[in-house]
Amino acid sequence: MNDGCGKGPASAGETVAATIRSGAKETARTFGTGLMALGIWWLVYQGLDPFAKWVTFSLLTLPPGSHLASAVGFFVFDAPKVLMLLVLVVFAVGVVRSYFTPERARCILAGKRESAGNILAALLGIVTPFCSCSAVPLFIGFVTSGVPLGVTFSFLISAPMVNEIALVLLYGLFGWKIAAIYAGTGLSIAMVSGWVIGRMGMEKHVEAWVYAASGDGNEGEAEIRPTWRERVDYGLDAVRDIVGKVWPYVLAGIAVGAAIHGYVPENFMAGIMGAGAWWSVPLAVLIGIPMYSNAAGIIPVVQALLGKGAALGTVLAFMMSVIGLSLPEMIILRKVLKVRLIAAFAGVVGAGILIVGYLFNALL
Amino acid sequence: MKIAILGTGCAKCRQAVEVVRQAVEQAGVDATIDKVEEIQEIMKFKVMRTPAVAIDGKVMISGRVPTVAEVKSLLVPAEREIV
Repeated sequence: MNDGCGKGPASAGETVAATIRSGAKETARTFGTGLMALGIWWLVYQGLDPFAKWVTFSLLTLPPGSHLASAVGFFVFDAPKVLMLLVLVVFAVGVVRSYFTPERARCILAGKRESAGNILAALLGIVTPFCSCSAVPLFIGFVTSGVPLGVTFSFLISAPMVNEIALVLLYGLFGWKIAAIYAGTGLSIAMVSGWVIGRMGMEKHVEAWVYAASGDGNEGEAEIRPTWRERVDYGLDAVRDIVGKVWPYVLAGIAVGAAIHGYVPENFMAGIMGAGAWWSVPLAVLIGIPMYSNAAGIIPVVQALLGKGAALGTVLAFMMSVIGLSLPEMIILRKVLKVRLIAAFAGVVGAGILIVGYLFNALL
Repeated sequence: MKIAILGTGCAKCRQAVEVVRQAVEQAGVDATIDKVEEIQEIMKFKVMRTPAVAIDGKVMISGRVPTVAEVKSLLVPAEREIV
């Protein structure tokens, strides 16, 4: 059976040659425009801090040190900052993702053994374009072409949890250390949870029709190597699509964050979400699972919580369970998985998140 | 010509239906448009991303909403050179 893993259509060589001939000038123009846009972006970004101070203290003449000034300053600075970071990163990741498709990920993973397969799947989950509405076709496409169940889960866990939006916002708001911790622990959870689910031998809890679905059919869209211009369009589409959808959540999240920042007293969270309260980690996970938000909406809240003395492990656990374990995705997966497998999935990932939460509360 | 639009009913799938409808109208070809929403039916096309557009049983586009011009060029192969 041809899985579409070949090098593409016979005419691929021609297409590439044609692209190079007609595309050199266009590529140069694309890069030139891109550099200019990046320069403007950088200048505006640098101006945000003075702008926020000017709005808060000169335009609105709020007294320095007041609750309101603190909240307004937070909002006026963070809202444009986060949105600008979001646009830049979603665009960059959009371009990177034009190199990866779920079909290619499947080719790489099919026939891979567990462990190595789990690691690879978790990594591919970051760069492969994925939307939870495609979770079912993707799941079926993976398991019917010989990707082990546990490896498929590694992919499905890492794809939403370790995403570019989360990483960039964490980097922008907390610095690279927390972003790296999040990426590292998120990937580990995806790898280990997938491996554990694979060990549990849950194949019989996949709905029977899934394995029957591998009948005759074609191999899907022929892969054509996109030009630079098309990759840029892909990135711009991603910006329109993602930023267009998440910006209200980001603003709402920053507004909540600003209120916490301005009005909740310092160290107020230490009692509820501090490292001393052992029950805070499981509670954060339990609250986080039914909450459905994307990383963009939840991170400003996280920032405010951390600033008020919440422990890093608790906050990480909260964030991971909000964006990594979502109820809507589980309901969608119910079409292909029996309840026991979904429960195992939620249980194993939830346990992984708990461990991460406790680990960081203990270490820091 | 039979066109099938595969998707479980998300917003993008509805957009895809609209685009295909417009393209068929503009191209003036004789085609039936079928919405395939049942996941088991969708999987018979072996797609991994929705929305997808299949023409006469062959998947031409998957994982995105196509443009009207793109679908037209698929409907009228001669226009491919111009687009």
